[in-house]
Amino acid sequence: MNDFTYHAPTSLDDALAALRGAEGGTLIAGGQSLLPIMKLNLAAPTDVVSLAGVAGLDGISDDGDSVTVGAMCTHAQVAGSAAVQGRIPALAAMADGIGDAQVRNAGTIGGSLAHNDPAADYPAACVALGATIVTDRREIASDDYFQGMFMTALEDDEIITAVRFPVPARAAYAKFANPASKYAVAGVMVADGPAGVRVAVTGASGDGVFRMAGMEAALGGSFSAEAVAGIGVSSDGMLSDTAAGAEYRAHLVAVMAKRAVEACG
Amino acid sequence: MSGNGTGIGASVKRKEDARFLTGRGRYTDDINLPGQLYGYILRSGMAHAKIGAVHTDAAKAAPGVHAVFTGKDMEGVGGIPTGWLIHSKDGSPMVEPAHPALATDKVRYVGDCVAIVVAETAEQARSAANLIDVEREELPAVASIEAAEADGAALVHDEAPGNVCYDWEVGDRAATDAAFDAADHVVSIDVVNNRLIPNAIEPRAAIANFDPATGEYTLYTTSQNPHLVRLLLGAFVLGLPEHKLRIVAPDVGGGFGSKIPHYAEEAILTWTAGQLGRPVKWTCERLDAFKSDTHGRDHISTAKLALDADGHFLGLHVTTRANLGAYLSTFATCVPTYLYGILFAGPYTTPAVYCEVKSFFTNTVPVDALRGAGRPEATYLLERLVDKAAVELGMDRVEIRRKNFIREFPYQTPVALQYDQGDYDATLDLALEAADWAGFEARRAEAAARGKHRGIGISTFLEACGIAPSAVVGSLGARAGLYESGSVRVHPTGSVSVFTGTHSHGQGHETTFAQIVSDMLGVDFDAVDVVHGDSAKIPFGMGTYGSRSLAVGGTAIYLAVEKVIEKGRKIAAHLLEASAEDIEFENGSFTVAGTDRSKTLGEVALTAYVPHNYPEGLEPGLEETAFYDPLNFTFPAGTHIAEVEVDPETGEVELVAVTGADDVGRIINPMIVDGQLHGGLAHGIGQALLEECVYQDDGQLETGSYMNYTMPRAADLPFFNINHNTTLCTHNPLGAKGVGEVGSIGVPPAVINAVIDALRPLGVSDMSMPATSQRVWQAIQRAKG
Ligand SMILES: Cc1cc2nc3c(=O)[nH]c(=O)nc-3n(C[C@H](O)[C@H](O)[C@H](O)COP(=O)(O)OP(=O)(O)OC[C@H]3O[C@@H](n4cnc5c(N)ncnc54)[C@H](O)[C@@H]3O)c2cc1C
Repeated sequence: MNDFTYHAPTSLDDALAALRGAEGGTLIAGGQSLLPIMKLNLAAPTDVVSLAGVAGLDGISDDGDSVTVGAMCTHAQVAGSAAVQGRIPALAAMADGIGDAQVRNAGTIGGSLAHNDPAADYPAACVALGATIVTDRREIASDDYFQGMFMTALEDDEIITAVRFPVPARAAYAKFANPASKYAVAGVMVADGPAGVRVAVTGASGDGVFRMAGMEAALGGSFSAEAVAGIGVSSDGMLSDTAAGAEYRAHLVAVMAKRAVEACG
Repeated sequence: MSGNGTGIGASVKRKEDARFLTGRGRYTDDINLPGQLYGYILRSGMAHAKIGAVHTDAAKAAPGVHAVFTGKDMEGVGGIPTGWLIHSKDGSPMVEPAHPALATDKVRYVGDCVAIVVAETAEQARSAANLIDVEREELPAVASIEAAEADGAALVHDEAPGNVCYDWEVGDRAATDAAFDAADHVVSIDVVNNRLIPNAIEPRAAIANFDPATGEYTLYTTSQNPHLVRLLLGAFVLGLPEHKLRIVAPDVGGGFGSKIPHYAEEAILTWTAGQLGRPVKWTCERLDAFKSDTHGRDHISTAKLALDADGHFLGLHVTTRANLGAYLSTFATCVPTYLYGILFAGPYTTPAVYCEVKSFFTNTVPVDALRGAGRPEATYLLERLVDKAAVELGMDRVEIRRKNFIREFPYQTPVALQYDQGDYDATLDLALEAADWAGFEARRAEAAARGKHRGIGISTFLEACGIAPSAVVGSLGARAGLYESGSVRVHPTGSVSVFTGTHSHGQGHETTFAQIVSDMLGVDFDAVDVVHGDSAKIPFGMGTYGSRSLAVGGTAIYLAVEKVIEKGRKIAAHLLEASAEDIEFENGSFTVAGTDRSKTLGEVALTAYVPHNYPEGLEPGLEETAFYDPLNFTFPAGTHIAEVEVDPETGEVELVAVTGADDVGRIINPMIVDGQLHGGLAHGIGQALLEECVYQDDGQLETGSYMNYTMPRAADLPFFNINHNTTLCTHNPLGAKGVGEVGSIGVPPAVINAVIDALRPLGVSDMSMPATSQRVWQAIQRAKG
C-alpha cells in the first residue's frame, strides 16, 4: 500500500473540499471494499477522505411511506434497525446476510452502492424496491443509478448522503452465496411495492444488477411461486467462475427467484 | 501410571493456552532484533519462463533499500535438497533436478523466488521490488498431470523426459494379476484426489542473524522441525557446521505439513543476513502463501478390486499419477509412495495388492505433506472402491467390510506393513450404534418429505503413524533417521524441564508431555515444563509430522524418565542404606520395600546436585536423555460415518452428522485428542466438500485467495459425535498410536459415499471431491439425461 494523506472532515462541505483539492483523492466509509483493493495496489489514492466524522450521514428514519437510511449506516445497523425490520423486513434480512459479522459492522450502505460490486446485495434491493439514492447535490432513481459493473451515475466528487426505500406491500430476498467469499452468486429481490412488482437480480451478470421483465409480468398476473417456476433464465451474459459457471448461475437465478416469491408469503 | 487429576488420562486444560489466549504467544513474526532490516521476496508471475538479465539498479536506488540479491548473486550456494530418494521399477534413481534458492536460468512456477530486496521497512522493500526488471521469455507451461504427460509437453526440467520424476511400484504384480484371473467379480474405479492449499493461520516467516564475532548464524523460522532445517540448510545449502547454525522455531501457528519442508526463503534469508551482517526479517503475505507454501494431494488414480462370489477381496490393483509440482520439496517424493502405496491393505485381508505410482513435475507450487500425507489419498480410493463393490455386488456396505476385516495380529500385509494390533469390529460396531445406522431409512424418508435427498456413508480406515524404524526407512531411500530424542532434567528442588525434539504447531505438547512426566515422577503437573523448538537447547530431533510426536517423541521422554528413576533409585538406596534393588518408586517417593522408610524425588534431586553424602562412582546431577527409534509404525484405525442432505434444486450438500469411532491408542489427554480429531475432521470435510486448488492451463493459480478458495468454517460443520475404542500399540511402552491426522484420513470417503448414497435414487453413481453445489447439480442434470 502506498503512502497517502488522510483527511477526517466533519462536514460535507469540508469533505468535498478535501476531495476536490486532492490530486487523486477517494472517500472512505467502512473500508471493506476500498482497503482490500489498496492493499493489492489496484487503487493507490494520494488522499483518503473519511466520511466517519461527517455530520448528517447516519441514522435511519421511518417516514411513513418510506424508510430513509443514512449513507454511513453499517449493514449491521440496517439489519438491527427496528424501523427497517418493521417496515421492510426483507431489507433487514438482506443486510444481515452480507459477508460476515466483521464486514457487517464496518461496511456501509453508501460504500456498497458507490462501489457497485456486481456481486453485492444492495443493488438488488434498491432496484427491486425502487429506492432513491440521495447525494450531496441531487436525488437519483435506482433505475438510473446502476450503470454496469463498478459503474454508477455518481460524479467523481459526489457523495451519497442517504438512501430512501419506499415501503412495499411485500418483499423478500433469496441469496445463493459464494461458499468462499459469501458474496452473491445469485441474489434475487422480489418486491411488490409502489413501483409495481419488481424482480431484481445481483451477482449473476457481468453488467451488474438487472431486472427480469418476464417474471415481473408473470407475477403481476399472479403473485405466486408457480407463476415464475416455469420461467427459464438464459445463461447468456451470466458470469462464470470457480463457484458457478454461466449455466448453473442462470439456474440458480430461477431457483432464487422462486424462493424469494415463496418467502413473500 | 497413577492417573491422578492431571495425570495420564485426564483432560487437563492446556498450559500453552494461557499465553495463546491472552495474546502472549511468541511467534516468529513477534521477534524483532536490534538493527533488523526487512526482506521482500520478488516472485515469478509467470509459470514457466527463461530469465535473462535481472535489472536491479532502480530498486537498489529506491528509498531505504540496502541490497538486492538475485540468483546470480547466490550462485555457488547449494540448491534446496530433498529428503527421500525413490527408485523406479527398473531400479533407476528418481530424477532429482537442482532447485536453486533464487531462480537462475528459469522460473518454474508462479511464486518461484526471483530476488530478495532488503530495506529499512517492509513497505520500502516491497515497493522497491516493483522496480526490478526481469528479462523473461515465456515458455509453455504444464499446469496439471494431464498436461505434463501429453505428447510433446513442455519440459519443466530438461533432465526429466516426459516430466516423470519416477515410476515406482510396491506389491507383487504377478500375484495380483493371478488374483484377478481367479476372480468372480472385478470392480473398478477412477478417482481424483483434489489438490489442496494448506492455509495455516500463521503465515510463514523468518528472521535471520549473523554474528561476525562468533561466526554464528541464527535463524528464527516457522518450522515443524527445526533440527531438520538445520541439517538441510547447514549441510546441503550453506555448508555451515551445526555448531555455527542455530535454528529456533518459537510458537508455531499451525502447519498441517506445510511447515515441514526446508524452504528456499530460509536459505535466502540466512545467506542474506551473512552478506549484510545485519538481521533480516521476512513475513510471507497471505496471497504469497497461497502460491509458495507447499500444496497437498493432487493424484489421479484408477484402481480395480477382485472379489470372489461371496464378496471376499482377492486382489487390488492401483495405478496412480501424482503431481509433485515444479521442484522436489523435502518429503515430496515419499508422500505418494511410502506413505501411500503401502496403505492399500487397509483393515482388510486382501491377499494380493499391487500399486504403481508415476510422479510428475509440473509448473505448479511444489507439493509436499499435508495432514495425512499419502494416507488420505489411499484411504479415499480404497473406501470409495469398497463402497462401489458393495453396490455392484448387491451387498450391504457394512457387511462387505466386516467380511474382509483383519482379525488376527500381528498381520503381515502384502504391501510391506505389519500391523501389531487392532480391533476393527469394535470401532465399526461402536460407530454404527452411535450414528444410529439402523435407523437411517426413517431419516431418509423424513428428509424426502421435506424435498431433501438424505444419504449416509461409511469409511472403515486404517492409517500408519510414526514412520519408522530408521534402518528400514533408510533402506527405502530416506535421507534422515526417524527416531526422536527426549531429555528430562530434574532440578535441585524437584521441578522438571523436559526437552523434546518434536515440536508443537498447535497440538498441545507442553500439556501432554507434562502429564506423562508428572504422572511418572509423581510431581505436580505445574512443576513440569516442556522445552522444544530450539536447536541450541534440544540434543536433536526430527520434529512433528505424521502423527509421530506422542508415539515416538513421547516414548523417548518416557524412556528418559525411566533412566531418571533408575538413577534416583541408586541415590535413594545410598541415603536409606538399602540396596537399589529393594527401592520402589511410587507417587514421587523412593521407598525401601516393605518399610515406611522413604525419600522424595525432591530430596533425591537435591542430593544429586549437592552430593555430600553420595554413592561412590555415581555422577552427580539428575538429568537423562533417551533416543528412541521405534520398531514399527503405529496403526490407528476406526470408522467414520457421515450423513448428508442434498437440495436437489441447487445441489447444495448439507453435512448433517458426523460420527467417529476411533482407536488412536493410549489417550493421555482426552480433551486434546478430541480437539485433534475435530480439527482433522474439519480438514477432511474441507477436502470432501469445499477446498479445491485450481490452476489455469497457463499455470496461473486461479484459486489464489479466500475469495474463491473455500476453507471450512464452523457453520459448515455439524457437532461431531466422537467415540473411542482403544487397543494399545504393542511396541511402545505408552501404547500410543497417533491422532493428529485421523480425521483428514478417515472422513473424506465417508462424506462422498454419503453424497453418492443420497443421489443414487436419482441415478448418480459417482462424485468427485469437492462435492460443491455446482458439481452435485451437474451430476443430477447428467443423470436426468
Ligand atoms: C469478506 C468480505 C465479504 C463481503 N461480502 C459481501 C456480501 O456478501 N455482500 C455485499 O453486498 N458486500 C459484501 N462485501 C462488501 C461490503 O459490503 C462492503 O462494505 C461494501 O462493498 C463497501 O462499503 P464500505 O463502507 O466498506 O465502503 P469503502 O470500502 O470504504 O468504500 C468503497 C467505495 O465507495 C466509495 N464511497 C464510500 N462511501 C461513499 C459515499 N457515501 N458516497 C460516495 N462514495 C462513497 C469509496 O470512495 C470507495 O470507492 C464483503 C466484503 C468483504 C471484505
